[in-house]
Amino acid sequence: MQKPLIEAKNLTVRYTIGGGLLTKAVFLNAVDDISISIDKGNFFGLVGESGSGKTTLGRALLRAAPISDGTVTYDDGEVHYDLRNLSKPELKEYRKRAQLIFQDPYAALSPRMTVRDIIAEPLEVMGLTRTRDDTDARVREIAAKCRLNLEHLRRFPHAFSGGQRQRISIARALVSGPRFIVADESVAALDVSIQADVLNLLKSIQQEMGISFLFISHDLSVVAHVCDHVAVMYLGQLVETAPTRDLFARPRHPYTSALISAIPPLDPDAPTNIEKLEGEIPSPTNPPSGCKFHTRCRFARDLCKKDIPKLRAMGKERFVACHFAEEFDFSRKLAASEPAGA
Amino acid sequence: MSEPLISVKDLTIRFRTDEGLVTAVENVTFDINPGEVMGLVGESGSGKSVTAKALMRLNAGNTRYDPKSRIILNLPDGPVDVFSLKRDAELRVVRGGAVSMIFQEPMASFAPAISVGKQMIEQLLIHTDLSKAAARDLSIEMLDRVGIPDAARRFDQYAFEFSGGMRQRAMIAMALSTRPRLLIADEPTTALDVTIQAQVIDLMKDLVSEFGMAILFITHDLGVIAQTADKVAVMYLGRIVEKGTVRQVIRDPQHPYTRGLLSALPKLEDLEAKLTPVPGDIPSPLDRPAGCVFQTRCPVAIPGRCDRDVPDDTNLSGGRSVACHVVADSVKQGMT
Repeated sequence: MQKPLIEAKNLTVRYTIGGGLLTKAVFLNAVDDISISIDKGNFFGLVGESGSGKTTLGRALLRAAPISDGTVTYDDGEVHYDLRNLSKPELKEYRKRAQLIFQDPYAALSPRMTVRDIIAEPLEVMGLTRTRDDTDARVREIAAKCRLNLEHLRRFPHAFSGGQRQRISIARALVSGPRFIVADESVAALDVSIQADVLNLLKSIQQEMGISFLFISHDLSVVAHVCDHVAVMYLGQLVETAPTRDLFARPRHPYTSALISAIPPLDPDAPTNIEKLEGEIPSPTNPPSGCKFHTRCRFARDLCKKDIPKLRAMGKERFVACHFAEEFDFSRKLAASEPAGA
Repeated sequence: MSEPLISVKDLTIRFRTDEGLVTAVENVTFDINPGEVMGLVGESGSGKSVTAKALMRLNAGNTRYDPKSRIILNLPDGPVDVFSLKRDAELRVVRGGAVSMIFQEPMASFAPAISVGKQMIEQLLIHTDLSKAAARDLSIEMLDRVGIPDAARRFDQYAFEFSGGMRQRAMIAMALSTRPRLLIADEPTTALDVTIQAQVIDLMKDLVSEFGMAILFITHDLGVIAQTADKVAVMYLGRIVEKGTVRQVIRDPQHPYTRGLLSALPKLEDLEAKLTPVPGDIPSPLDRPAGCVFQTRCPVAIPGRCDRDVPDDTNLSGGRSVACHVVADSVKQGMT
C-alpha cells in the first residue's frame, strides 16, 4: 500500500494553564492520544464542536503547536521528516511543503500590501526565486490558477470581496509549492453563493496538483460534499474516522450520528434532531472519566464511565472508539448513491 | 381575516455616509400575523438586520427613512405607527415592550459587569408593573423554563460565567419575560455549534406555541428557516426578491437568486449533487446595479430590460410573489 503523506501516532498536545505564584497549574490535553494518517492527494475532513481540538490538531501537524507526546511523520517521497525532531533547515523546508489557509480572509491579508506583494512574500522570505522576473512569473502563474487576473495583482485587499480575498489567501498558500495544506474553517466566513466557488477551487487544486488537504470545518454538509475521508473529534480525541460516504450513510459512533442528526434539513417536513444531544461539551480541564462522551451519550452504560474505548477497526478504512459500536444501527438514507446508469 | 400583527410597507432606508447616501433597504413590504414565524433570508449586506432594527427604530443616527415608509404595529389598545414615536418613553413599546429582540452574539448583548439576573429584573421593572420581588421570581422561572439548570444560582452570575449556548438561552429568557407580541431573532443560532443550535431551535418552537407570539427570524441558513418558519422572504441587496410559504420557496423556488442560492447549498441528503456557485460577487451597496438588483449575476437576465427597469412583484398562486421580469413574462404567456 502507498505510504501516507502525514501520519500521527498517539499524538498529544498538552497546554498548561496557570501555575503562577498563587495558582496551581492545570493541564489540558487539547489533542489527546490521536493517531491519524492522511494519504497523498487526499481531501481529509476534520469535524467536531468548538473546543474539540480540531484547530490544535491541524496546527500540530504543521508544527505550529507543540507536540507533547507521540510522533508525527511527514513523507512526500522526496523528504522524510520526524516533526518532533526537525533541524532548523528541515523546519524551513517543511514550511514550504506544508501550508495553512485561515478562516477570516479579512484578517489574514495585510491591508498595506498589494495583492502581488502578498502572494510574492513567501517566495522572497523562503528564497524560492532569485530575480524579480522569476517572482513575477511565479505569482502570475499561481494567480491564474486561483482565477485572479493581472489587474487584481496591482490592487490592495480592501478592494476585494470575501470570496476574492479567500482566493488571494489560497494563492499565497500555494505559491511555495506545498504538498500539504491545512484549511481551517476556510469557507465559514463566506456567504453561501460564494462558498461553493471557493470549495470548487480547493477541489480542483487537490485534483490537478495532487495536494493533500486537512479540511477543518464545523459544517458537516460542506465536509460531506468535498472530503474523501472524515474524522470526528470530541474533547481532543478521535471518536470515528471513515470514508465520507460510509460515515454519512452509516455512522457507527453515537456522537457522529447525533452530530449529523442535529443539522436542520432543508425539507420542512423532514423529521429533525431525532437524537437530541443534551447539554454541552464538558470542560477539557476536567474531562469525564472513561469514554469522554458518556455524559451526553444516550446509550452509555457502566463500562463507559470506567474504561476508555480504544479506536478500533470496523470494516474497510473505518475506525470507531465506542465500546458498543456493533450494537448500533444509525443507517441513514442518502439520495441516489452511485450513478445508477450502469 | 384578522389584522396582521405588524405591517411593513414600502420601507426604504438610506444611510448618510462620507461617500454619499447609501441605500440599504428599498421598498420592503411584508406582514406578520399573530403566532406566525416569518423567516428573512439573505446574505451579508442584503439589509435583513437593518430591516429588523427599523422595526425597533434602533438604526444609527445617520439613518434616513424614506417618508413613504410605514410600519404599523396592531396592538390590543389600537394601532401604533412606529415612525410617529418620538420620545424614549414612547419608543419603549417597540424596544422590549411589545417587540423584543435576540441578537447573534449573546456575549455582546449582556453588560459584562452586571449580573444576568439584575439585567433581567431591570427590564421587567421598565416594561411591567411587577414589584422587584415578583420580577425576580419571574426571571428565575424564565431561566428555568429555557432549560438553564440551577436557575436560582445562575441568576446571580455574570454573562462570562455562562457557556455560549446558555447565554443564548438566557437572552431568550430575558426577551420573552416581558411577553412580547413580536420577537425579532437576528441570527440567534449562527454563533452556536449544530448540537446547541438544535437545542435552541427546539426551545424556540416550544415557546412559540406556548406564548403564541410572532417571530421575525433572520438568518442566512435556509435549513434553519425550513425547520422554524411558516413563511419566508428572500432579500438581496436591500430588496425582497421572493416571498411565500416555506414549502413554496424551498421546494419550488422561482426567482433566479433563490434558485442559485439553493443550488449553491451543500445538501446532506444528496452528497453527489454538484455545488453550483452563483456567478460573480455581491455588488457593493455603494454601487447598486440599475434595474433589477440581481441582474449582474443573473443567468437569465434580459439585456436592455433587466438592467434598466426595476421588476414589480408578480403575484403567483398561493400568496407567493416574485420580483422578476422573466417570471412575470412566463406568467403572462401562461395566461394567453
